[in-house]
Amino acid sequence: MEEMSAAAPAILVRDLQKSYGTFQAVRGIDFEVAAGEVFGLLGPNGAGKTSTVEILEGYRERDGGIVSVLGHDPQRRPRALLRRMGIVLQSTGMYRHITVQEALTHWARFYPHPRSVDEVLALAGLDEKRDALARTLSGGQMRRLDFALALIGDPELIFLDEPTTGFDPAARRAAWDVVRSLQELGKTVLLTTHYLDEAQALCDRVAIIKQGRIVAEGPPAALGASSSRYTVGWRSAETGDLETRQTEDPTALLHQLTSAALARGGSVRDLSVTRPSLEDVYLELTAEAEAPSNV
Amino acid sequence: MPESLTLAWHQFRLERRMFWRNPSAAFFNFVLPLLFLALFGAIFSGNQKDLDVLIPGIAGMSIMATTFSALVMNLTFLREQGVLKRMRGTPLPDGSYLLGVFANAVANAMIQVTIVIVAGKLLFGTDWPHDWPELVIYVGAGVVCLASLGVAWSHVVPNYDSAAAYNNIVFLPVIFISGVFYDVDNAPQFLRDIAQALPLTHIIDGLSGALVNGRSLADNWSGLVVIGIWAAVGIFFAIRGFRWESRRA
Repeated sequence: MEEMSAAAPAILVRDLQKSYGTFQAVRGIDFEVAAGEVFGLLGPNGAGKTSTVEILEGYRERDGGIVSVLGHDPQRRPRALLRRMGIVLQSTGMYRHITVQEALTHWARFYPHPRSVDEVLALAGLDEKRDALARTLSGGQMRRLDFALALIGDPELIFLDEPTTGFDPAARRAAWDVVRSLQELGKTVLLTTHYLDEAQALCDRVAIIKQGRIVAEGPPAALGASSSRYTVGWRSAETGDLETRQTEDPTALLHQLTSAALARGGSVRDLSVTRPSLEDVYLELTAEAEAPSNV
Repeated sequence: MPESLTLAWHQFRLERRMFWRNPSAAFFNFVLPLLFLALFGAIFSGNQKDLDVLIPGIAGMSIMATTFSALVMNLTFLREQGVLKRMRGTPLPDGSYLLGVFANAVANAMIQVTIVIVAGKLLFGTDWPHDWPELVIYVGAGVVCLASLGVAWSHVVPNYDSAAAYNNIVFLPVIFISGVFYDVDNAPQFLRDIAQALPLTHIIDGLSGALVNGRSLADNWSGLVVIGIWAAVGIFFAIRGFRWESRRA
């Protein structure tokens, strides 16, 4: 389990601001990403997520605030920084008539210490497609090529923008395995996603962005439990209807239900005890009219 | 060799390979000047004077097609498809990338000019070039000028569907006015004046001097000034307005 080291964070963002004309997309965001952690940015479209990530990647200029990526200001796009980063964009085009292997060989030239093309082909599951032209690849295979191109330079920091959108379940699992192996290698990953199961499965910490501000931040499990009420559900023995009750501590209620059932010689039917998932928290937070302060 | 030049070389090699892997595009690219030569050659056959105008004219048109038109189309395609954005996220220097793309256009221009000169010699009895330095200088000035104008114009094109129209609105009037198919001196005064202001006319004059009528660099150098001014304008706007991404809706 990686620990938050005292070393400088891989990404530091302070009071980031970005407007498009009169529309304020990013209204003062603060967060840090420690070296070696997988950090997720969640938020609905228009929340400022894409603007934030594109500013970190060097594609967009910020209007205010401080940004430091691996010790550099990405706005100037210094080559020293670009050599240590890999980017998987949500959608990009590619030369149509280039083969998978040619693309990786070409990209490898941009970096001082690239990984071997064979190794990256294996990692991305593209061995059999090494001589295939890019235009013949399926959507999922193209995304795997995007991954491979981001990894060929052996970067310390990887940006993944909606990495598994459009993947079938098997491909999603494979992609999650790739991200986990990146983590094992000590890479830092910043990913954006709409999929809450993905955030829960992959991220050490998650920040939820809404209307240009971060409304919650922390480990996914902790966020899910931030409102620590339990929801207990059961089918009433008297009426036959499903009942639910929310409570901070279900112990007494469960005891009441189970002992009553045992006393009648029956069982509690359709019993469930759940805590709010990340999805519940996310929907609740992003549906609110006003933006609360950071949790 | 500095690393950025090495990378430009590799990008150039990649662009060449991509060009040849699209056989239909490559075919029509090289067939077009031959087609015009065949058509107008047949029309003018027997009239050596007209043929002497045609060969440098078609050569000039080929330079414009392989640099200006090709870059308007290709850069718009690369930008709208997201390829430029992808390249921008890598450590490949912007200059290396663009130099590779430019060098690819120049290579095509040189191939086409060679085809036109050889076809002229074999089919229409025009001579081999008399003045090689003049030929090289005008081809060189022509590619730099028209390539930079092509890059600059590609920034104006809003999306790939309209790229052909934006190209044609410049390419077609310019090749007609600049005397690709006829001697500019035969045109009415106002068209001659417009032609003199455009770079292609002077490129063709220079090619003419090198290929057919023996006017040397000393006679033609004022044309280089016009080409140079257009090149400066092209380079300025090529760099200044460069867009790596398509405009958001």
